[in-house]
Amino acid sequence: MTVIPTDLKAGGKAEREPGKARALLGYLVHDKLALISAIYLLILILAAIFGPMLVGDMATKLGLRQRNLAPFSLEHGWLYALGADTLGRSILARLVVGAQNTLGIAAAAVVTSMLIGGALGLIAGYSNRWYSQVIMRLADIIMSFPSLLLALIVLYTLGPSILNLIIVLAITRIPIYLRTTRAEVLELRERMFVSAAKAMGAGSLRIVLRHIAPLVAPTLITIAAIDFASVILAESALSFLGLGIQPPQFTWGAMVATGRGYLANAWWVAFWPGLAILLTTLSLNLLSSWARTVADPQQRWRLQTLRRAPR
Amino acid sequence: MFGYLGKRALHSVVSVLGLLVLVFFLTRLTGDPSYLFLPLDATPQAREAFSTLHGFDQPLHIQFFNYLGDLLHLDFGESLRQNRSAMEVALEAFPQTLKLAVLAIFLAGALALVVGSLAAAKPGSLFDRFASLVSLAGASAPDFWIAIVGILVFAVSLDLLPTSGTGSAAHWIMPIGVLMLRPFGLLVQVVRGTMIGALSSPYVKTARAKGVRRQKIIFSHALRNSLLPVITVAGDLATSLVNGAVVVESVFGWPGIGKLMIDAIIQRDFAVVQSTVLVTACAIFILNIAIDLLYAVLDPRIRYQTS
Repeated sequence: MTVIPTDLKAGGKAEREPGKARALLGYLVHDKLALISAIYLLILILAAIFGPMLVGDMATKLGLRQRNLAPFSLEHGWLYALGADTLGRSILARLVVGAQNTLGIAAAAVVTSMLIGGALGLIAGYSNRWYSQVIMRLADIIMSFPSLLLALIVLYTLGPSILNLIIVLAITRIPIYLRTTRAEVLELRERMFVSAAKAMGAGSLRIVLRHIAPLVAPTLITIAAIDFASVILAESALSFLGLGIQPPQFTWGAMVATGRGYLANAWWVAFWPGLAILLTTLSLNLLSSWARTVADPQQRWRLQTLRRAPR
Repeated sequence: MFGYLGKRALHSVVSVLGLLVLVFFLTRLTGDPSYLFLPLDATPQAREAFSTLHGFDQPLHIQFFNYLGDLLHLDFGESLRQNRSAMEVALEAFPQTLKLAVLAIFLAGALALVVGSLAAAKPGSLFDRFASLVSLAGASAPDFWIAIVGILVFAVSLDLLPTSGTGSAAHWIMPIGVLMLRPFGLLVQVVRGTMIGALSSPYVKTARAKGVRRQKIIFSHALRNSLLPVITVAGDLATSLVNGAVVVESVFGWPGIGKLMIDAIIQRDFAVVQSTVLVTACAIFILNIAIDLLYAVLDPRIRYQTS
């Protein structure tokens, strides 16, 4: 297998050129842990999208005969391989449905915070008016206080629902995108192409949206990918504490909370969903650390099959 | 230097005030506390009397100005639940969290320094890979689940440690172990990264050329220079440590500020929520200034100037 060194930036835009895509795949195969993470995440995403259509009914079907069924037995079919909870519902099916909620909420929160944070950052970076100061001070307030406590207060005020959960998670992550965008805009707005656009008579809105925003977008997307794992953790913690998602809907965090009461006689109810969270966030982090290695020209050689120099 | 600190202090005071305004109005939006504090069959007259007694019948902005005025007199209001000064309640819980957090961050930092430097000494070695994986897992583990698995293994199965509460030294082991996991994971990565950079720098080559022993190079030359980024990250971890404390305290029944906050929010004990927010925000603010001062002590090149 020949690997062509390329100047890829964190895996973006690789699909268009077959050479780059193959090189990227080569790097991935070279890092066993990253490969396993990628496969796990792929399966998880497929399960989250299509799974609920297949096993959605099983996730809520009560089965008195399967109450607290221990895992690792195929007696009642493969759906009960991970055991059943206190109401006899298949844990595997619930994990699949929980995956859709967990990943869906986290993705929605990440996209929302990226868009709002990015937009506010563009304003705060490009303009020197009073509202830029207000935006920055608001970001300071959010940053200066533990996000979980802030989320708890806001969530209790708004009332727990999926939409509010997404809003709260987004609010606590906005400052990250805001500050990054602002820092980049501060530098970009002094560049020649901005002056040129101004000279051509472009308005502020056009400059910001057509000339500056596209240059900031890749950085924001990279941060969003890394941030995804933290948002999953934050959502799980909120749902675990009981102020996140409410029954009958559930995420992995809420499943752990349910199982907490039955630790002594049915450990698997709380164990599997937590393991699913750990594996997901760990895979995301392993993949992002792999992407960082690929993007760094000084580190990339670790992932290459080095050819011996001809003598 | 004091000009710089003054400017930072001013920004922080603005942040704390903004936070208090936010929390004041948010908690008022949650609903009427009389429904939680009076029996269900209380007469409307009794509810009205309750509201008048605690000032909830006045318009929001009047309540807010009264609150600000009381703050100036260092009067932080009464806890509805416990019938005593809300600040007293908050200050009683605060040391419990502080002890937990300080122990956790110091243990995590010390362990991370050793593990991170050993991993950086031989990048790519088996130990390095293992340390990287463990630290990543530590940083990405859901802390509430680790706490529950800890209870399952050490309390339910092995019956070695108590499940919750305070008292003996054994009560401290699991809360601290769970709380230090994420800071440990993040710090190992920072230490490893900066140490690899430091070990390839010219002064290390000079030391090696002089014939200084390997351990001495790692621990007294390179490590000292990579302390600064570690302290930066450790400072940033303070707010996330409070996040962890909320979870850990609620799982292990630890009577700290996080548990108090959750209880107070759910019980609509407004004055206690406000006081805990104030105490937490002030603690974080003091910590940030302390870290700024520590930089100047550790790195003589840093001088704070007012621009």
